[in-house]
Amino acid sequence: MTSLASSKSITLANVREILSAEVLNGDDLSVKVVEVGAADLLSDVLAMSKTGTLLLTGLVSTQVIRTAVIADLCGVVFVRGKKPGDEILSLAKESGIPVLGTNLKMFEAAGLLYTAISENH
Amino acid sequence: MHEAFESIYQVLGKDFANAGKVSTAIKDTLKRLGVNPTIVRRVAIVSYEAEMNVVMYATRGKVLLNVSPDDVTLKINDEGPGIPDLALAMQEGYTTATHEMREMGFGAGMGLPNIQRNADEFNIDSEVGQGTRLFVRVKQI
Repeated sequence: MTSLASSKSITLANVREILSAEVLNGDDLSVKVVEVGAADLLSDVLAMSKTGTLLLTGLVSTQVIRTAVIADLCGVVFVRGKKPGDEILSLAKESGIPVLGTNLKMFEAAGLLYTAISENH
Repeated sequence: MHEAFESIYQVLGKDFANAGKVSTAIKDTLKRLGVNPTIVRRVAIVSYEAEMNVVMYATRGKVLLNVSPDDVTLKINDEGPGIPDLALAMQEGYTTATHEMREMGFGAGMGLPNIQRNADEFNIDSEVGQGTRLFVRVKQI
């Protein structure tokens, strides 16, 4: 888990644009992204994230959504074009967790968001 | 201030499809009781890591949630293989996880240290071939 930066100024709508991402779940993209973290290990997310963190992950599992609920994350971005199955998306819908998908690799997605957040400071 | 509250939840070993449901229910309960969000998050993380441990390693387990105006406590008692060397299990990175557990994003040897980090009081004891008993207290004041 790498915490990139703190920001009060970008939203999930900005993230969608920056990452050319597809919205897989969530109607309200005005949600503010407090911090961005990238991880494939959920225990690291539980250990390192803050309330309102946006998680970039290459891990596709229902536990990603459960972790987002438990740790009060503001959303999840699946990277590298990974497609979460129906079970994952219906859990996200039921739990109110916004989910985006991007074809970018984790490193590229993290880099673009880091730049965007830094420029906003 | 909310009243005292107690509830018991069952967790089934190897039930990966439902793993995390109990902790989500506990989190919802604490929110409904009006517990401070920071405390809710800490208890939820403790509960979730402990629940995953029961699902991954044990046959079955019980989670006892107790909420008082002073604190929130969790007792997680499982029937399972137990932990032969607790000091080793408490070390970050030490794990006996299988590939399947790692594919879900767990099993990296972070669970027990994560639980301890979020606890004001932490107690674990285990008997090989019997099971593991975990106690965690998170203070509200």
